Amino acid sequence: MTTTLPGALRAPFAAGGASAIDAQLANRLLGHALEAGGDYADIYFEFRVSADYVLEEEQVKTLGRGITLGLGVRVTKGDATGYAYTEDLAWEKMVHAARTAGQIAAGGGHSPVAVSQITEVRAPSFYAVPMPSLTQPAIDKLALLRAADKAARAYDKRIVKVEASFTESIKEILLFTSDGRMSSDIQPLLRFGVRSVAEENGKRQSGSGGGGGRYGMDYFAQAERDAAAHGREASRVAIAMLDAVDAPAGEMPVVLGPGDSGILLHEAVGHGLEADFNRKQTSNYTGQIGKQVASTLCTVVDDGTIAGSRGAINVDDEGYTGQRNVLIENGVLVGYMHDRLSAKHYKIDPTGNGRRESFRAMPLPRMTNTSLYAGPHDPDEILKSVKRGIYAKRFSGGQVNISNGDFVFSLSESYLIEDGKLTAPLKGVNLIGNGPDVLRRVDMLGNDYQLSDGIWTCGKDGQSVPVNVGTPTVRIGSITVGGTQA
Amino acid sequence: MSSSAQITETTLKELGDAAQLAVELAKRAGADAAEVVVRDGAELTAKVRLGQPELVQEAGSRALGLRVLVGARRAVTYTSDLRRESLEALCKESVELAQLAEPDEFALPPDPALLAKTYPDLDLYDPAVAEVDAAWALKQAIAGEDLARAHDKVTNSEGATWSRVLGATAFATSGGFAGAYRGSYASFVVEPLCDDATDPKNPKKRNGYWWTASRFLSKMESPEQVGTEAARRTAAQIGSRKVETQECMIVFDPEVARSIVGTIFSVANGSAFWRKSTYLLGKEGHEVASKLVTIVDDPLIARAPGSRPFDGDGLATRKNPVITDGVLAPVLCDVYSARKLGRQSSGSAGRGIGGNPGPTTSNLIMSAGKTPRADLLKQTSKGLYVTSLMGFGFNPVTGDFSRGAQGFWIENGELTFPVSEVTIAANFDQILKRIDLVGDDLEMRSATAAPTFRVSHMTLAGTSG
Repeated sequence: MTTTLPGALRAPFAAGGASAIDAQLANRLLGHALEAGGDYADIYFEFRVSADYVLEEEQVKTLGRGITLGLGVRVTKGDATGYAYTEDLAWEKMVHAARTAGQIAAGGGHSPVAVSQITEVRAPSFYAVPMPSLTQPAIDKLALLRAADKAARAYDKRIVKVEASFTESIKEILLFTSDGRMSSDIQPLLRFGVRSVAEENGKRQSGSGGGGGRYGMDYFAQAERDAAAHGREASRVAIAMLDAVDAPAGEMPVVLGPGDSGILLHEAVGHGLEADFNRKQTSNYTGQIGKQVASTLCTVVDDGTIAGSRGAINVDDEGYTGQRNVLIENGVLVGYMHDRLSAKHYKIDPTGNGRRESFRAMPLPRMTNTSLYAGPHDPDEILKSVKRGIYAKRFSGGQVNISNGDFVFSLSESYLIEDGKLTAPLKGVNLIGNGPDVLRRVDMLGNDYQLSDGIWTCGKDGQSVPVNVGTPTVRIGSITVGGTQA
Repeated sequence: MSSSAQITETTLKELGDAAQLAVELAKRAGADAAEVVVRDGAELTAKVRLGQPELVQEAGSRALGLRVLVGARRAVTYTSDLRRESLEALCKESVELAQLAEPDEFALPPDPALLAKTYPDLDLYDPAVAEVDAAWALKQAIAGEDLARAHDKVTNSEGATWSRVLGATAFATSGGFAGAYRGSYASFVVEPLCDDATDPKNPKKRNGYWWTASRFLSKMESPEQVGTEAARRTAAQIGSRKVETQECMIVFDPEVARSIVGTIFSVANGSAFWRKSTYLLGKEGHEVASKLVTIVDDPLIARAPGSRPFDGDGLATRKNPVITDGVLAPVLCDVYSARKLGRQSSGSAGRGIGGNPGPTTSNLIMSAGKTPRADLLKQTSKGLYVTSLMGFGFNPVTGDFSRGAQGFWIENGELTFPVSEVTIAANFDQILKRIDLVGDDLEMRSATAAPTFRVSHMTLAGTSG
């Protein structure tokens, strides 16, 4: 690890810390976790320092900071999991958590499994950040907020309100497992966001811009993602939307712009390919491996190894290294995303997708950076091919029902396509479709793949984790557009 | 193990003392004012699937949130590390951070004269909830799931989950407020699954759920009731299909109606008003909904899920109107947004561990109407009965509303076949003004509650005929 951190940002459980945990202590704790007869246990230490800075009404009004420290203990017995946690790293509290989690195995009548000799997992480095932003002076971040505010206001006289925020964190994790693995990681993350409100003749519209990832302050060094650029982008959307007209309703072709449209992919297929749903046979993709589930243009990959990307992980929260996993290849389903539990069920190697929000929750199969790879078509050609439809550029989010495959996603900047050209901007509208149906209807795919600029957070079972998405320009032959003009 | 989960008067006193200590430490570190909230929680979650335990999660946690002011400059910080030396370090750092902020006179603490001197006991804690242990919770979950699986159409299960949260909150300010209270909350949900081979070329799975929740164990529906209802609701979706794009009547089931009421609050609060991020700006005292719509926010209902004896600024809480016979009341405010709008707080501040206070709802209730639910359906010739909404398609600034919907097609006053994969859309202003029937079936199942109601027309997007 090339990151060097000042004392206040180092985890107390790290080597040399106030309550350092070594393999010997870890082994004793794992022993307590398994004493009632569990067949596997892991202990997950987490230390997270975060800070946030908010500018409103041309003033930096609030500075915030938070510290989270704790231990999560998991014990499994067959498919059953016992979980407990503590924020107090005093030995007796940790033992209590270990025994509480271990109760899941009580009454099973099996003798305890021995804890294996622990060896460290050698993790790759997909976000070597020598100087995480948290180590840098707060005043530099305030300057970024002011630069974004100024640029957003200067963009147009009709901009009446600007909010800008900067949030940053460092999460340090340390994991020991009863089958003998130890892993640790330091995960920096920053996110910059700007929201502008435009007003004209009593009409108001808002727009947003932003980005980030696992970077230091060098993130802002590139012209297209410096603070002012994010400010201008927020104002551009707000101004463009002032002229928005009512969106149409019904089935029609939709062209998705590159980058953020990956949200559709995340909802339409991503969640359905998380192996827990398939192990339990609750996903529409259950039993579909080897079958054509999308148009042959589609190759979908979940890749935790994209350097600096918001969803990148050196090592997942179960001690498996981040990986590139092909999910759909030329339309054929080739694999799911796994955590330890599902990988064991399917008798395959874990895929590095076992993630958790914090030490307070058990790991689940989760996405990292999910992409639809580029296709053969020129983006202009795609646009020109549409007589009447919708062009979707920015999104406010999406949601899926895993079981029936229905998903929605909300467009915050979209345009009508008439005779192959973008015409009127459209008021906020939802698209609704069925995952497998929609992927089969992808009939043109651009050669202009883009990774989104690090703004997305994915929620599942009440747990939020940072993710990223990417796509080229995509044409969907037909999808239901939820406007008001029937 | 169960009895140790109990939140006692001693715990409350400990939390109050911790909050007072942090106020004191912050002042010693150079803060001119400090406000401290300390939360203590204990959770138990027991989940079963296909009759077997899947997860038992049990833990207690504690966290402290601090807001300091140096002059009119502020910082907001939090920690889960409550050791004295850690708190001292946090206070020092908070004061340093505040010095970097710009002064904001509106953020000063409330006038001490406004702070609540006493507060009511709202009976929010049931010791019986704390007595529940994992074994009992698993037994409940198995009983509920078994009943759901007994339904002939149910082929699989996403499980049944019994969980409880015990929480205590202490709040202390340098202005002189000190208060603490405890609450319990238990819930149970069953999620069955059915196979739907209506279209043999495209078989689907249908999921659904039903739930019960209360602060009091004795007020919960039985696991058998919940399981049976969950199965009925799930099986009813078999054969779901799209319908043609059209303008039609939309009837909202109470489960969905309450989310519409929640959306009203998101555009009718002091924070959205001073930020001008609501289409309702300037509409206080004006008709913003049909005359049939009356909504109140009432934090003082004994035993109710959203009740609170004092607010996040330390002010007394009170019942406030939100919409009265269609007319928008003065919006709910905390101290900050009230000052920004040049008025007094309505005692509606919520305060999380790591954030500034802001207006939040307590028990947000839309009043029952006069139309019996059965009549409401009978009077609907054609339209969609909505049982669930999907997605985030609401723009508070413009009121544009477009969301995914699932439910049942209404034909001549009867629910006919299930519908999915459609959207419903209209401007929110129109949706509220077009509410033309309100059911008499209000039930206080959750902190935000509403009866069934009908909107005379919205755009439904589905197939293109």
